[in-house]
Amino acid sequence: MIERPRVGLLVTCLADLFRPQVGFAAVKLLEQAGCDVEVPAQSCCGQPAYNAGDAKDATALARNVIATFAPFDYVVVPSGSCGGMVKVHYPKLLADDPVWGPRADALAAKTHELFSFLVNVRGMKSVQATCRADAAYHDSCSSLREMTVGPEPRLLLKSVDGLNLHDLAEKETCCGFGGFFSVKYPEVSARMADDKIADAKRTGADTLLAGDLGCLLHLAGRISRKNVPLRVRHAAEVLAGMSDTPAIGEDSK
Amino acid sequence: MTTDATSFPQDARAALNNARLQGALTHLKEGFQVKRAAAFAAYPIPFESLREQGRAIKQSALAQLDELLVQFEAQASANGGKVHWARDAAEARDVVTRILKESSAKTVTKGKSMVTEEIELNPHLIANGLTPIETDLGEYIIQLRNERPSHIVAPAFHLRRSDVEESFREKHETLPPSRSLDNRPALVAEARGVLRRYFEAADAGITGANFLVAETGTAIIVTNEGNGDLTRLLPRTHIVVTGIEKVVPRLEDASVLLRLLTRSATGQEITSYVSFMSGPKRTGDADGPENFHVVLVDNGRSALVASPVHEVLQCIRCGACMNHCPVYGVIGGHAYGATYPGPLGAALDPGLDGLAKTYHLPFASSFCGRCEAVCPVKIPLTKIMRYWRGESFARGIPRSPFNTGLKLWAWAARRPNFYRRMASAAARVMRILAGKSGRIRSLPVLNGWFVARDLAKPAAESFQSQWRRRQ
Repeated sequence: MIERPRVGLLVTCLADLFRPQVGFAAVKLLEQAGCDVEVPAQSCCGQPAYNAGDAKDATALARNVIATFAPFDYVVVPSGSCGGMVKVHYPKLLADDPVWGPRADALAAKTHELFSFLVNVRGMKSVQATCRADAAYHDSCSSLREMTVGPEPRLLLKSVDGLNLHDLAEKETCCGFGGFFSVKYPEVSARMADDKIADAKRTGADTLLAGDLGCLLHLAGRISRKNVPLRVRHAAEVLAGMSDTPAIGEDSK
Repeated sequence: MTTDATSFPQDARAALNNARLQGALTHLKEGFQVKRAAAFAAYPIPFESLREQGRAIKQSALAQLDELLVQFEAQASANGGKVHWARDAAEARDVVTRILKESSAKTVTKGKSMVTEEIELNPHLIANGLTPIETDLGEYIIQLRNERPSHIVAPAFHLRRSDVEESFREKHETLPPSRSLDNRPALVAEARGVLRRYFEAADAGITGANFLVAETGTAIIVTNEGNGDLTRLLPRTHIVVTGIEKVVPRLEDASVLLRLLTRSATGQEITSYVSFMSGPKRTGDADGPENFHVVLVDNGRSALVASPVHEVLQCIRCGACMNHCPVYGVIGGHAYGATYPGPLGAALDPGLDGLAKTYHLPFASSFCGRCEAVCPVKIPLTKIMRYWRGESFARGIPRSPFNTGLKLWAWAARRPNFYRRMASAAARVMRILAGKSGRIRSLPVLNGWFVARDLAKPAAESFQSQWRRRQ
């Protein structure tokens, strides 16, 4: 283990614009895990273009990110989806490029989803945080299948003082976000969200947590539209002891 | 039924509001997912190793497809059968019709076959004065209702018992109104009685094939109702209609794939019947057809062999991808408007029917990846859907202002400083629209989002801006 690794935080567009607190929570947790955190100037990982079928623009954005984050020991992403883009898809996008292919592979090898990095790379087993809530944790599909994250956030959440963690009955089922899928087929996407929200409510949870702001903004938006009594947060906020702030979509300032 | 998925958004919406369908879809979990999981758990060696074996068998078979098909033809001919090659759906329909006319057939029983759905065989047979009768119970029910299968393994999955009763009462002229059909065994008995008469009357039988074995010239089908055997054994003529991608080198290969197929499809260790069909009745055989034909259908498949999506041809049609798909799980099969629904269809239909009719399907996925996690032959379904999305974007099918917007967005995103300024400006506008509430109810762009949900309002200052200020 590197004594004090230099970690580049890929904060993600959604956290940057909608929920800066997720970025600060990630920084706090990474510092607790003994890392020096830097935030290089960044834009988007290119996933929207890639999923829309525009591999050319996605590749251009991938090169930007690779160049920006190459100097760090690790790249950490508070999102399975943007993390999966870097770790799983950049190497495929650039596989035939003799210069950028190896650089994409090198970046992929040192890129981690936040909770997985804290637990598996930095050996974190617990956090010092309090949150009085009944919470259900939703695995984003890219966290679960592309980044193979599952036990890590649960391990850390169980150490939060006052938090009762509940398991969703359908924890392998998608919440219906899927990027542009949510905009192209909104009714289908919303039904999937409704099923996820109902699953969370059935556990007795008052709070729904996840590690991906895409899922969270989608679920919070649906919860707001349907007036469901359920608060939504990124799990990093709870782990960093920042859960006394308004939940997603509840900030009226 | 002809593939046309251009009305997918409307059809999906209608499916969400179809109470009967929604009731049926609640059975996907215990009907398929739970049974499959139990079959995996009970398998004596890690199932993953069997999946890997299955993938390798199909991949290597597809790599030598031409040789295996020629070998299959030689073996099947040596067994006394006749092999026919059909380049497309029209040729396949013509071959089948010609064989039936040559054997003076009138009534034709059919085992369950997705390829005959794909080539729209039944309407063609009817137009030629023949009477095709589906004998798989689910297929028979949807034939009565003039519907397409809503699931490749359970074609009438979308129906309730009462719908089946209604169809029987409407179409079965000999059914006394007084007879009760208020339970499943009564419905099965009614169908069996009617089908029995067709089995006795049939001049020819048509089945599909789950696998073709090159070394023996054998076609294999799996069934649970016994209808396949009555279809293939009783009439004078038996015609197997199947896709060219079904061929594997050896019987041993088929046995590996059978183990994967039945467990992945219905959670069974083996189906009630597994039929091996190698040719016409021989001297001394107790039963069997006098004439045995195999129609090998290409219909776009050979073009896929050499394409970047060749892995889609590994499919053994178990239906596990749709059984575990969260989109299929809320809209069912008909909304896809194509022969093959769900993730398999999203990967295969554009290859068979062209993007102009099917462009929605590769986008009708949240890319959750559960389909490829359960696929018994490890087809990279999301990779293939992504390929079709790329084709759709590159070829402008459909032409969409969305794509122009995306290019503009990507142009900006390649310039991080400019992008951040633009994003902050957009965030300020959104905050004004949100007013004192924490959320935005609608925007002039991305209307699809606001159809179903609100949007949390952006932060007053972005993370990156706050971070730079604090450093």
